[in-house]
Amino acid sequence: MVQSLKTDEILVNMGPQHPSTHGVLRCLLKTDGEWVREVWPYIGYLHRCKEKIAEKVSYIQFMPYTDRLDYLASANNNLGWAMAVERLAAIEVPERAVWLRVLAAELNRIASHLLSYGTFGMEAGAFTPFFYGFRERETIVSIFDQLCGARLTYHYARIGGVMRDLSPETAKAIRRFLDEMDRRWVEYNTLLSDNEIFVRRTANVGIIPADLAIAYGLTGPVLRGSGVAHDIRKAVPYACYPKLDFQVCIGQGLKGTVGDSWDRYWVRMLEIRESVKICRQVLDGLPEGPYQTKVPRILKVPANEAYVRTEAPRGELGFYVISDGTDKPWRCRIRAPSFCNLSILNRIARNCLVADVIMILGSIDVVMGEVDR
Amino acid sequence: MEAKEIHEILIQHLPGCVREFRTTTADPFWVVESERIREVAAFLKDHPALQFDMLQAVTGVDRGECFEAVYHLTSLRFGHSVTLKAVLSHEAPSIATISDIYPAANWHERETYDLLGIVFTGHPDLRRILLPDDWEGHPLRKDYVAPESYHGISNAPD
Amino acid sequence: MPGTLTDIINFVIQTALALVGLDYARVPEMLRIGAAMLIACAAMLGYVAVVALFFGWAERRVAGRMQARQGPNIVGPFGLLQLIADAVKILVKEDIIPQTAHRFLFRLAPILVFMGAFAPFVVLPFSETLVVSNLSLGVYYALSFAALEVVGVIMAGWASNNKWSLYGGMRLAAQMMSYEIPMGLAVLTVAVLSGHLNLRTIVLDQQGHWIFSWNIFRGFPWAFLGMFAFYLAGLAGSKRTPFDLPEAESEIVAGYHTEYSGMRFVIFYLSEYATMYVVSALTAVLFLGGWHAPIPRVLAWGGEVHWEAGPVLSALIGMANMIGKSFFLMFVMLWFRWTYPRVRVDQIVYLCMKVLVPLGIICLIGASVWALVL
Repeated sequence: MVQSLKTDEILVNMGPQHPSTHGVLRCLLKTDGEWVREVWPYIGYLHRCKEKIAEKVSYIQFMPYTDRLDYLASANNNLGWAMAVERLAAIEVPERAVWLRVLAAELNRIASHLLSYGTFGMEAGAFTPFFYGFRERETIVSIFDQLCGARLTYHYARIGGVMRDLSPETAKAIRRFLDEMDRRWVEYNTLLSDNEIFVRRTANVGIIPADLAIAYGLTGPVLRGSGVAHDIRKAVPYACYPKLDFQVCIGQGLKGTVGDSWDRYWVRMLEIRESVKICRQVLDGLPEGPYQTKVPRILKVPANEAYVRTEAPRGELGFYVISDGTDKPWRCRIRAPSFCNLSILNRIARNCLVADVIMILGSIDVVMGEVDR
Repeated sequence: MEAKEIHEILIQHLPGCVREFRTTTADPFWVVESERIREVAAFLKDHPALQFDMLQAVTGVDRGECFEAVYHLTSLRFGHSVTLKAVLSHEAPSIATISDIYPAANWHERETYDLLGIVFTGHPDLRRILLPDDWEGHPLRKDYVAPESYHGISNAPD
Repeated sequence: MPGTLTDIINFVIQTALALVGLDYARVPEMLRIGAAMLIACAAMLGYVAVVALFFGWAERRVAGRMQARQGPNIVGPFGLLQLIADAVKILVKEDIIPQTAHRFLFRLAPILVFMGAFAPFVVLPFSETLVVSNLSLGVYYALSFAALEVVGVIMAGWASNNKWSLYGGMRLAAQMMSYEIPMGLAVLTVAVLSGHLNLRTIVLDQQGHWIFSWNIFRGFPWAFLGMFAFYLAGLAGSKRTPFDLPEAESEIVAGYHTEYSGMRFVIFYLSEYATMYVVSALTAVLFLGGWHAPIPRVLAWGGEVHWEAGPVLSALIGMANMIGKSFFLMFVMLWFRWTYPRVRVDQIVYLCMKVLVPLGIICLIGASVWALVL
């Protein structure tokens, strides 16, 4: 009788509107009961053809558009684009501006990882981490509000420097926040990282071996979670990072296998602490001087090409820019970390449970603004 | 490893592969024969002194008279990077896929196909990735004209 | 002294009719019982609504306190306006039935679920006298009606014609069905210890000195462990975190009530709180001495040594004890929800089959031996 029962695999659309697809990702799941046999991600729902826009607007005008790539880490995108253009046009940036950019980028990294902490907790079914993460993120956002007047799309780094100088009050607010963050970090771990249920949900789930991670071009915490100590800030030092003391955090399989979801999560948690360390050093060592050099209103860039890599919160953000002597780039290719990181989903989310797919997706931590560009 | 040394290894092991080695730009690049891209990619990946194990991006560039496919490779072990370029005809741009050598190329090639119309022969799943399946044209081409409307949705600026 | 709530109501009706000059004895038997039951049920329904409303509000407040939320704690005095805001919001929502849904079953499902959640209230004793129906198989009745909820939820999942709903329905069916086993075993532990299935008698049995006459300590360690098995199983049965898989919003959108909106959704919502209350109240009745106060009887009102409280006062005190215990256990549920992540579907089965069921069996055997020896 059991044999005569008809069973079937069903195709389920997860997204583009689903609580945990981080925006408008659509995943097609082939499910056999609770088991997911295969996952196909479909992207492009947020496509704005940024690379075409880049060809239509000038180098300076494109800066605000970069805010909207990985909208959770605008400061890092600004930094990447500014560095790319400055490299092509051979613009010298004042030392103070370089340090301020790093400060903004690292604060933004903390904010981004906090959000990731919150959403990851929520995907595991725990609500509270989300609110805790947002509480601290709110402080960072207010600091950015003081720093540059915006709360999400900062547009802080400008070509040739930064938008505004750091006021002493803001510096004080940042220091206050960093001290607060140290305390909260411990609280976060008590709440989520060491929670037995959470560990059982994430450890040994979605294991990405190091060689597979490299083959798929994964970068950032996802690659480091697999135990590969690769960080652009160390590998190809830029800005003032060589002068700063910080560590590259890697997954060590503390709760399961190296490269599982918990490791990726843990790398982000450790990076929050490293970024706090960096911010302190930047505040201590901030050089005096101007924060902006003179850049012509119409910036004509000689024919040249460069691929500039920076370490965004989600991995290697690359701007490959080809200039042709006019004030607009001939071609601008954005190598978005989330795009590459997402491409492995089909490979690792196989023969697992529906709940695991969510955890794997959450541990990869994609931002659709960047995937679809 | 410096770009010059990489270049020497390349011309020594794969003679006739490199059409041009340009160092005048901010990042040096190699123009390779487009028919031999797979050979070059596999060589760069496997050579013990090079070990370019990670593909960062595949980019298509519309140069007007021709297309270029640009590959950015890097080695996590040694920290060096290369930029490979292959020149393709403008009428029927086509190049062999390297997605079996570098799985990362899979989505990048799909995107390049989607936005520029460069065909990657041998690609396991060459479909549009960012644009809808029924979209016409390839927006990143220089001669692309944006459609007036899509499924009745006007595209006119306000 | 009247025995049950029905008797009290009968007495009230009798008095009222006598005042108007009618003879209660001449009213047909069926009508009398029917009227009394109806009034008692209406009272319980009102109570369910109050409990659900109170916990709707309390949950917001507790969550607000635990999670540093701004809203629920500052809207009006004690956040009370939040309750009104929620109610208004939910009442003005459009009631949508998806076009491809099975309209009849879609409408029937929430009613069945609510019936399943509400029915056990009838046998819950609030004090020695305050019980709607003093069934001799009270525990059995309460547990079996929980199964009705499963039917309703599967119905909701299937009739919505939505894959996520179906998932939710199936998950809940599997979960509730399997957790009935440890729940039943834990209840049997108590039944063996006290020798009754009547909830009122079970509580009366726990009368004695201080908390040590409660089942949880009287049957130590079996009933003590049994209580955890019962409470956890009940938690799973009322689909609360960490066992809220059937409505896991991050996985299957909202599970079986994905397609429900407005009042129909509220009914599911109310049923959830009602089930939570039933589980808490049953835990209190079976293990925590029901309406008996946790303080020594010498100090307690109603202590036989010093002073006998009147029937009204002792009923009120018993009710306060009973509600206090239930509410505390419900608060623990809220506490869980805002602290723990959700378990996975295989882990929930593991917990049931490999932890709680063996634990339940051990408790049952242990309690049986206890009952024979002592």
